[in-house]
Amino acid sequence: MEKPQLIKNGKRLDGRSFDQLRPIKIVAGVVKNATGSAYLEWGANKIYAAVYGPTEALPKHTANPKQAVIKCRYSMAPFSSLEEHGRSGANRRATEISKVTKEVFENAIMIEKFPNSEIDIYIEVLQSDGGTRAAGITAAGVALADSGIPARDIPFAVSAGKANGEIILDLDKLEDNYSDADMPVAIYPNLGKVGLLQMDGSLTKEEFDKAIGMIKESGREISKIQKAAISEMYE
Amino acid sequence: MLIKTVSKEYVNELLLSDKRIDGRGLLDFRKLSIKTGIMPHAEGSALVELGNTRVIAGVKIDIGEPLRDKPDEGALMTGAELLPMASPKYEAGPPSPESVEFARVVDRGIRSAELVDMQSLFIEKEKVWMVFIDMYVMNADGNLFDAGSLASVAALLSARMPKLEGEEIIRTGNLHKLKTNGIVTSCTFGKIGDKLLLDTNGNEEEYASTRLTVANDEKYIRAMQKGLSGDMSIKEIQEMIDISADKSKELRSAIKRAVEE
Repeated sequence: MEKPQLIKNGKRLDGRSFDQLRPIKIVAGVVKNATGSAYLEWGANKIYAAVYGPTEALPKHTANPKQAVIKCRYSMAPFSSLEEHGRSGANRRATEISKVTKEVFENAIMIEKFPNSEIDIYIEVLQSDGGTRAAGITAAGVALADSGIPARDIPFAVSAGKANGEIILDLDKLEDNYSDADMPVAIYPNLGKVGLLQMDGSLTKEEFDKAIGMIKESGREISKIQKAAISEMYE
Repeated sequence: MLIKTVSKEYVNELLLSDKRIDGRGLLDFRKLSIKTGIMPHAEGSALVELGNTRVIAGVKIDIGEPLRDKPDEGALMTGAELLPMASPKYEAGPPSPESVEFARVVDRGIRSAELVDMQSLFIEKEKVWMVFIDMYVMNADGNLFDAGSLASVAALLSARMPKLEGEEIIRTGNLHKLKTNGIVTSCTFGKIGDKLLLDTNGNEEEYASTRLTVANDEKYIRAMQKGLSGDMSIKEIQEMIDISADKSKELRSAIKRAVEE
């Protein structure tokens, strides 16, 4: 299929500038049964995240006497896409995203405080429009803060990529499908460290620098929205 | 367990004077809210909140082959996910017997009521539209059956019908609605001791010995399902059928309101 023109007159198809995020809205505490939770709308993405725990690690052989075990499930609803009905359940893509997301939170949560326990993180994508793993991590960050489980930092995530030779922030589905590079990144803003980095396509070193710069800069806005969702819980 | 529970003794004590732990009468539904069109990528969608129980239903419509015994009709498939985020009791993995029963009971009501016009889904020989309903339980606090059935019916009634242009499926723009007939709803009762409770919450459900779901539309009972290991008398069943016929009026109008909005 021929690539559509993703950038016209210095703007993207949805009118955004290169370094502009889609609108983000987060509400915390939406899943009553969970220890912490959040509902996030990021452009057309609609995602629920919930955190349960710490509880006793089960089955017992998974328990670690030194620290909590983090379990993570990222999953997409079969009705989440504008295209055909998807198959629910585990697939290789979801398995990988679950793993890298788990690793982001293993580092964020003070797991050493909870030996022999487990903390479960669930991310359910009910509607998808590109960038769901980053949006899922951002939502799970708020769910974690809402849970009150001690954490070193609340990560945010967003992706940057390349389309028609330009570095752009926060690719939507269409841009993602036809971009020349896509790079989702999670950052712990207070620690100033990177917790997730994936990339495919092609980027020069200069383009990487530009992309990661955009991601870091956009974190101010994303973190602000995350914090606002938490403080609204106490108003 | 993270969910705070009230003891069985206390539930029973209240029931002696026909009272429930959340202050409802025995035959009262919890606060119900239905919103349609919440996931616009899906052809139809709805969120139902019944107290703290939240169920989202999404409808997708694709092309497929007809069932061998019904070559001139489309197909309808109903699935349910008891999301692990919805309750500390749920785990990820293959569908549990509970989720299979849930999906099948909801499916049975919709199918028996002929809610979806299956003939309208026929395209040509060996080519029909397939309607997929997926129920996602986001927070489980009892009575998934009624909440799931309300969400599924509201999603179907508000679903747009894709069209074919050559080989391409057109899913957005100016589309007709999915062809449906009437409204089917269900009323699910839990029996605790000798009391029948409509719309049990998660806490009450733990103490129910028996469960009965009655699905009906304006004219007929369309599906029933007894669940759990207890029993009930014929008189009790007749009573629940009558209550269901009566209570379904308010459920049907709640769906109508949500679809018209």
